[in-house]
Parts: sequence; C-alpha cells; structure tokens
Amino acid sequence: MEPAIRVEHLQVKRGGRTVVADVSFTVPSGSLVGLLGPSGCGKTTLMRSLVGTQIVAGGSVELFGQPAGSPALRSQVGYVTQAPSVYADLTVSENLRYFATVLAVPPTAADRVINDVGLGRHTDTVVGRLSGGEQARVSLATALLGSPRLLVLDEPTVGLDPLLRRDLWVLFAALASSGTTLIVSSHVMEEAERCQRLLLMRDGQILADDSPEALLARTGSTDFESAFIALIENPST
Amino acid sequence: MTLRRTVATTRRVLRQLRHDLRTVALILAVPAVLMGLLAWILHGRAGDFNQFGPPLLGIFPLIVMFLVTSVATLRERTSGTLERLLTTPLAKADFVMGYALAFGLSAVVQALVVSGLSFSLYGLHVSGSAWLVVVVAVMDALLGTALGLSLSALASTEFQAVQFMPAFILPQLLVCGIIVPRSQLPPTLHWLSDVLPMSYAVDATQQLSASAAVTSEFLLDIGVVAMFVVAALLIGAATLRRRTH
Repeated sequence: MEPAIRVEHLQVKRGGRTVVADVSFTVPSGSLVGLLGPSGCGKTTLMRSLVGTQIVAGGSVELFGQPAGSPALRSQVGYVTQAPSVYADLTVSENLRYFATVLAVPPTAADRVINDVGLGRHTDTVVGRLSGGEQARVSLATALLGSPRLLVLDEPTVGLDPLLRRDLWVLFAALASSGTTLIVSSHVMEEAERCQRLLLMRDGQILADDSPEALLARTGSTDFESAFIALIENPST
Repeated sequence: MTLRRTVATTRRVLRQLRHDLRTVALILAVPAVLMGLLAWILHGRAGDFNQFGPPLLGIFPLIVMFLVTSVATLRERTSGTLERLLTTPLAKADFVMGYALAFGLSAVVQALVVSGLSFSLYGLHVSGSAWLVVVVAVMDALLGTALGLSLSALASTEFQAVQFMPAFILPQLLVCGIIVPRSQLPPTLHWLSDVLPMSYAVDATQQLSASAAVTSEFLLDIGVVAMFVVAALLIGAATLRRRTH
C-alpha cells in the first residue's frame, strides 16, 4: 500500500540558515505519529513542507504518491497551524460553515466537528471571546471537516487542561484506527506515549524514528525526556 | 474558481462586517459627513460646490474602501487564515472576487447614502444624470477596494498598510485635476496623471457636471476606471502565494 507520507532528503533553508537538513522518513497510512522536539528544532517548517506551503531547497515530499501541495491533495489534507487560524470576529459555527463550503462538505459536518472538539456549548460564541485553548480547538475542528486522509497538527494540545488533552488524544487515536493518518507535533515529551510512532527532532534533523516502547528499550530509559537526552548525548544508541 | 466558493467568501466577509457595526457605521457615515462639511464650507457658493462636489463624492468612498480593504486583507495574511485557505481547494480568484463582491456591495449602499444626501439635503446639482454620479461613486469605491487588495501584498504590518493611503492615494488626488486642471499641469505631471486611475474617475464626474447628455468621453473614462479595477484585482490574485519562505 502507498505510504501516506514519503519524505526524501528534504532540505529547507531560510535566510541562508538550514532549518531542515536532509530529512527522510515514511509514514504508512492510518498511523498516529508524534513529531517531538524542542521549539525551534524545525517541526513547524517540516509540517509546512508536508502541506506544501513551504518553499523547499531540496529533496522531495510526497503524500499518497503525489507531490506535496498539488491541487488534488488540497481536499485530502487538514492542516492546523500553531496559532489558531480562524476568524476571531465570527462565531464558531460561522467559521466552520464557511470552511465547510470551501471544502464542499455539507453544513451538518460543521456541527459534527464542533462536537468532536467539545465546543458544542459555544456554537454561537464569537471566537475572539473564547479562551486560547478553545480557539485552538476551533482551528482544529476546521481541519477535521471533510474527513481528510491526512491531518497535520502543529502543537494542537498546547495550553489545554489535562482532561481535554486526554480527550483529544483519544479522538486522534480513534481517527487513526478509522484509517486517517495523523502527524502531531509537540514539545512536551510526555505526549510521546500517546503515539504509535515517534519522530524525535533536533536542530533540523531526525534523531530517532521508532515506536515509543522500542525507543525506551533502546535507550534504557523509563521516560521520554531521558530517552531524548540519551539520544543527544550518544547518537549511536 | 467556483461560484459557490466565491459567494461563500463574500458572505463570510459581510458576516464579519455585521459583527463590527461600528466599522459599518463609519463606512456609511464618513463620506456622507465629509460631503456635508464640504457643502457647509461652500455655503452660498453653489457653483463651487457643484464643481468640487461630484468628484469628491467618488473620492471619499475610494479612500474609505481602500483603507478598509487593505487592513482586512492584511489581517488575513497575518492571522494565518489566508495560508490555511490556500491549503484548501479555494482558488485565488475566489478569495479576491469574494472580497471585491462583499466590499462592492458595501460600496453600493455607501454610494446611495452619500449621493442621496448630497442631491437632496446638501443641494448638489449636475447637468447629467444623478444616477450616473452614483455609478461613478460605486466604481470609485470598487477601485479603492481593488487597489487595497493588491497593494496590501506590499505591506507586512498595519503601520505600513495605513501609510499606503498617503503614499498611493494622495498623490493621485493632487494631480487628478481637482486642484489644477490637468491640461495646465507641467508636462511630466500631466503624463503622470494620464496613467493614474483617479484622473479618469474625476474626469467622468466632471463630464456629468458639464453635460446633460452622456458623452463618449464619459464612457471612455468609466471604461478606463473599470480596466484599472480588473487589473488591480488580477494583480491582487497574483500576489497570493500558496508557497512561502
């Protein structure tokens, strides 16, 4: 079966500085992948390269066998940026109905995704009056419209309370088991255990590409923070 | 480009305006109040009001719509909504036309309010059809919208965007023929005024002031303004980039 993501020797430069250096990996369909690393390590740039909004210096990125950013992929990939990219001066429902029309999905899908992210009580609230975490969930709901085959989520759980964070990871796992591929970034190492597979990133490079269990076993660590440190200090493990 | 996505974008922009009634009030009131002020300044000098009134009837909405559109478009660029929209099947033309239609509709209402007040309460008079003055005012407002859409690509902050008004609109105001007839300008400035859209917008209203019949010059002026609108919208669409650094 065609992998959901195939990245080969990806290189991104910004202002003369290398932000992503020769990164290669593949992600099979229907998996929940965590992209972890400290802020500034190139996670966002890598994700922008996946959705095709980033000008790249070299290498190739293919999603479902097609070059990233090609028109056929636009209705199959949902992307959530780190800062909520929704209209602060519209209500939750007005935002989702607009994006539903743009994606050519029925308006009922808007109500479904509002409930999926737990914002049913706030349907008619203007987004600008919601808390930061709630605004992030409106942005996430927008990406869930139209049941995309791949979801690229940049730090979707930052600043959320632990219960909501757990609920969202349950939602992500449910989406993955129904066949959606998800790549979720975070700088919080504990979130690693929620994923089926981990890509650990540092200084524009992938340090490890493994399952959470295998990573802990390989580094002889009991938590992901120390596993990450072990990998940096001893890259050959 | 699809009709459904364009109309959805128009409706979304209008909904945003509906949540911001103070902006709506400003769009409608500012040109009307400015025209009232002009009528008051030129009280008892009907000839002067009838000379300066018609061109300014179009220029005030142009300035208002230019500012509103450049800030609205810049907000889309900086808030990330534009980047997100460009990862969806939305065509660049859907985005640009959506905005043009939404602000175009606002411009129609704005032009009706300012013209209605000018021709009744303020006592403005033109030899030609008052309705054609309304048409020119709408075209001017559309020109403001189209210029705002394309020029906002050059701005990366709101501070820069608002300064495009004095930078791109005020020079046109100086050479468009209101202060000194264009035929009396130094040759270089005359040539400059020939390539700027506001000159044609002003000339169109001057035709309506002077002649009861629709002159071929008026039609030419309106045609040129329309071409500038289309060109600015095309440039606006071309400045949208799906891929950035």
